[in-house]
Amino acid sequence: MTTNEWISLLKEKFVTQVTQIMTTRERRIYAETTPENLVQVAEKLKQAGMINVGTMTGLDSGENFEVIYHFYDQQGNLLNMKVFTPRTAPKLPTITAIYPGVFLYEYELYDLLGIVVEGAPLGRRYPLPENWPAGEFPLRKDWKGLPPQKVEVRS
Amino acid sequence: MSEIKVSMGPQHPALKEPESFNLILEGELIVDVEVKLGYNHRGIEKACEGRNYTQAIYLIERVCGICSHSHSTCFIQAVEEIAKIEIPARAAYIRTVFAELERIHSHLLWLGVAGHEVGYDTLFMYAWRDREKIMDILALISGNRVNYGMNLVGGVRRDITSEQIPQILETIKELETRTQYYIEVATNEPTFIGRLAGVGKLSKEEALKLGAVGPTGRASGIAQDVRKDDPYAAYDQISFKVITDDHADVLGRTIVRVLELLESYQMLRQLIEKLPVGEIAVKAPRKIPFGEAISRYEAPRGEDIHYVRANGTEMPERVKVRAPTLANLASIREMLRGCYLADFPIIIAAIDPCFSCTDRMIRLEGSHEGMLNWGQMREYSLNWYRDKGYDLSKLK
Repeated sequence: MTTNEWISLLKEKFVTQVTQIMTTRERRIYAETTPENLVQVAEKLKQAGMINVGTMTGLDSGENFEVIYHFYDQQGNLLNMKVFTPRTAPKLPTITAIYPGVFLYEYELYDLLGIVVEGAPLGRRYPLPENWPAGEFPLRKDWKGLPPQKVEVRS
Repeated sequence: MSEIKVSMGPQHPALKEPESFNLILEGELIVDVEVKLGYNHRGIEKACEGRNYTQAIYLIERVCGICSHSHSTCFIQAVEEIAKIEIPARAAYIRTVFAELERIHSHLLWLGVAGHEVGYDTLFMYAWRDREKIMDILALISGNRVNYGMNLVGGVRRDITSEQIPQILETIKELETRTQYYIEVATNEPTFIGRLAGVGKLSKEEALKLGAVGPTGRASGIAQDVRKDDPYAAYDQISFKVITDDHADVLGRTIVRVLELLESYQMLRQLIEKLPVGEIAVKAPRKIPFGEAISRYEAPRGEDIHYVRANGTEMPERVKVRAPTLANLASIREMLRGCYLADFPIIIAAIDPCFSCTDRMIRLEGSHEGMLNWGQMREYSLNWYRDKGYDLSKLK
């Protein structure tokens, strides 16, 4: 599918679920959805030809956390689907049932930003160590380094 | 038979990089695997947020020692897209020349490592000897063997002069003959094939499902290559084939890489022949306007994805790096299941993992900040042993 075909598909088939559809150049599509619709949208996108999710970018945009799911197809198109979740209770559903290869990116969202991914397969932490103190999320903009009292000193 | 858990790593289980695997074994067979990563997490993404774009290029270039040009180009493409900077044609060609030189050096390095892992050290010596020729070319043009420092927002920093071209072409010619020999080995040598065929199987369906990229995906029959699908730099101006293979095992991954070497040589010839005349860089603003862009790049090991968001200042708001090894790790479990413990190192090596890239994130804190000189380092190690109850200070 070409970029324009993707855009018209998004506009026709995802009328209420996907908003803010735009493109900046050929093969780059940006759109937005909500945490509630995410799983359904991902499912439909996979059926339509988005073979996988390249990665997930988590951003701290003040009041909200923003996660961009970078879907790609086999024709070189990249669909960047944005999802917002409130900073006070950041929560997103897992999409590992649809795209099983993405579990490491979901761990990364929790470790670095503290976004809880509900239903994600249990596993070891990534990329932070097992003994990393709870409640410390390095990619948050207000994080200024680990407080000295929380640094574990080993002799 | 009862299951046995064997822990591999984090001290260099296959390559000289830290990662840790817990293997669940039934006799000699691997039934399941747990992967533990993060030993190389250096916080580069966070560090970029506190640096200007020029500083960030040098930091990003150090995400990986092998694919340094890949990461810096991938990052810079995103920045240039946000700032709407058109780079001169010659700069795009030079970036592409470096991309292919880097691929050759990386694939030859991998071939050597693969030879070593399967007990074929002659291949290791040969491949690494040949790789030196490419390192000489990289040093000739950029002054560096790795971390070339070629990129600049708006173009490249160094030109390829007409005096350098004959040496480049001569080297390509020599390496082409050598590569023919490696292809001969990979496709005809019974001991080599016997060791690799059927090891680390990854079917096309599984590879697609788990999102395998680069030579790992292409060896499972997926014709996916960013250079073709989403062309960048000068890739839309040259002709080349996407190499795929249907073996779907370590042998296939070897064949894809050696054949890709031949493609890279012919691409380099085209690039050098067509090299446009003109400037190598345009002036770029220090402040990058508001915006976001995502850039893709086919690194030697697979696809790099960089996302950059700019906030109108000299420093980026957010930089996200996805290295190809992270995408391929999901498939590792699938490849290892049902294989023998003895095949473990070569299977891991066959995705050509780079854990530096993957974890990409060293902060030195407290009294060890900065550089230590020889005396301080000796003192540090003596104290370390003293704490453990050994006094080594009398040793010369």
